[in-house]
Amino acid sequence: MAHWLDLTWMAWTWQTATFFLVIFALLCAMTIWEWASPGGGPRHGILGLDTTRGDRLFISLLGSAFIHLGWLGLTDMPLWGGTILSLICAYAVFRWV
Amino acid sequence: MTKTWNNRAWFLVLPVLLLVAFNAIIPLMTVVNYSVQETFGNNLFFFEGVKWYEDVLTSERFHDSLFRQFLFTGIILLIEVPLGVAIALTMPRSGPWVSVCLVLMALPLLIPWNVVGAMWNIMALPDIGLLGYGLNALGIPYNFTRQPISAWFTVVLMDVWHWTSLVVLLAYAGLRSIPEAYYQAAKIDGASRWSVFRYIQLPKMNRVLTIAVLLRFMDSFMIYTEPFVLTGGGPGNATTFLSIDLVKAALGEFNLGIAAAMSIIYFLMTLLVSWIFYTLMTRGDEQ
Amino acid sequence: MRLSRWLVPSLYILFLLLPIYWLVNMSFKTTNEILGGFSPWPKNFTIDSYVEILTNPVWYNGYISSISYVIINTVISVSFALPAAYAFSRYRFLGDKHLFFWLLTNRMAPPAVFALPFYQLYSAIGLFDTPWAVALAHCLFNIPLAVWILEGFMSGVPKEIDETAYIDGYSFPRFFVRIFMPLIASGIGVTAFFCFMFSWVELLLAKTLTSVAAKPIAAVMTRTASTSGYELGLLATAGVLTIIPGAIVIWFVRNYIAKGFALGRV
Repeated sequence: MAHWLDLTWMAWTWQTATFFLVIFALLCAMTIWEWASPGGGPRHGILGLDTTRGDRLFISLLGSAFIHLGWLGLTDMPLWGGTILSLICAYAVFRWV
Repeated sequence: MTKTWNNRAWFLVLPVLLLVAFNAIIPLMTVVNYSVQETFGNNLFFFEGVKWYEDVLTSERFHDSLFRQFLFTGIILLIEVPLGVAIALTMPRSGPWVSVCLVLMALPLLIPWNVVGAMWNIMALPDIGLLGYGLNALGIPYNFTRQPISAWFTVVLMDVWHWTSLVVLLAYAGLRSIPEAYYQAAKIDGASRWSVFRYIQLPKMNRVLTIAVLLRFMDSFMIYTEPFVLTGGGPGNATTFLSIDLVKAALGEFNLGIAAAMSIIYFLMTLLVSWIFYTLMTRGDEQ
Repeated sequence: MRLSRWLVPSLYILFLLLPIYWLVNMSFKTTNEILGGFSPWPKNFTIDSYVEILTNPVWYNGYISSISYVIINTVISVSFALPAAYAFSRYRFLGDKHLFFWLLTNRMAPPAVFALPFYQLYSAIGLFDTPWAVALAHCLFNIPLAVWILEGFMSGVPKEIDETAYIDGYSFPRFFVRIFMPLIASGIGVTAFFCFMFSWVELLLAKTLTSVAAKPIAAVMTRTASTSGYELGLLATAGVLTIIPGAIVIWFVRNYIAKGFALGRV
């Protein structure tokens, strides 16, 4: 039965493991936040969308994925520039969208 | 319907969650892992960071297949949606022929996708196929294995054949939900055929048409089997769409890193589009 | 106006039937006639291809494995989706909307993205080349679909029915099986139809997850086409035979199809 637990084919690296752990931690944090103050703080943002916190997190994550891709494809500058831009965008999304 | 707040409902959802997560999350994590590493077989992996993403995003090949993909999706949406609505409008609203029409129209949807490809291949063969022989007999030079234009024509015609019925069935279902009283009121007001369509039928079909466009967009965006069987992506790379290119890279050339990075980019694009459509749809529900 | 009423649908149906006619036409021809040139109908009518497919185990085993994974998948998808759809149609719970959206994204994800890791995942758990691997893999898109369709049907059942049953002392499982499921029987039928359909037509994952023992008919076709020359007659016959199960299933649910589509949830 040992081969059931053999995960070498998944080819984990500490970098990707950290990445998924951060996502997982974010989901846990959102759950705790929701449990502590239910409702999700719904509002009608500047884009004309009705969003809750969960939606805002999703928009920030998807947005930062595309910002990173765009940064890689369009510029030669180091990638952490994209990370900073994503964080600014995420702040803006949580503040106004 | 007002729903009760009850967190124990999670237990009812849990089996589905676990099964889908098993199928969706483990493979997705694996693809992410592959996308940042170089492999030389035997499960030997070397960390490469974002190199593959950079390669894919700046490669001519990816840009070309992405462009072909959007062109194809655009063309078939422009043909299938208006055509499907037009056919749904002319279908009888009741009577014995409705069932027959529905069954015959649903038939292409139930044919395995590679059989659809094989069927159109046989149909389009220039020497013995009905379509190929017919076009050549009319004096139109046609050979889908040689001319990119012919290949595109055949692939688009095949997709129209395969999927227009889905739009017809959705639009027809939307039309049937309009009460007869609306039409009678329009008749009394002396409304023209166009204004009946514009102010009664189109608003009622709004929701199903959003879904039709969503489904046709997503399904044509992931199209693989039919064009692969029909043209193999050729002639040259003329009909190599994203999925075909991806499978070529992953299983044909065994470029795991490139294929995985492409998969992630591809997946993010579908995620973005699904989110936009889902938001549009749920907004329609609330109004 | 009267004329166009039946002219447009008839022309469309004619267009749909032409390639199918051509396939059937090819399946009744001899190989010599096919290679001999264009002919609009079979001159030497033969059923040799049909005899070959129905007596050669390589061919008919393909049908058996296709049908077995399609049935396993339909049963799993519908039975897992039933309670989940009930939860989504009756209750609000933590993260429900996001969960629903996440399920739907799996219906939209391109199978090509998952093909390679699926091969390794199912090899690792020892299910590779069995109908179970394909049946479970197809759950990726069929379960979200089933939840979506069933949720639509369940929302049409008034909530008072649930409440009355609970007051009468029914437990949840007993209420669900004895009262609720009969009420949405047509919905379950429509859902099973769509699960059958999408599992039956999919090839990329089915081909990736099987090699010899559980090879689906569609994969037998593509491999025959490439290995033993181009036997168009056999290929056409196999194609015709894959259309038949779908046609039978459609005929049974013909009165419900429009209803399933009316919910706009395919």
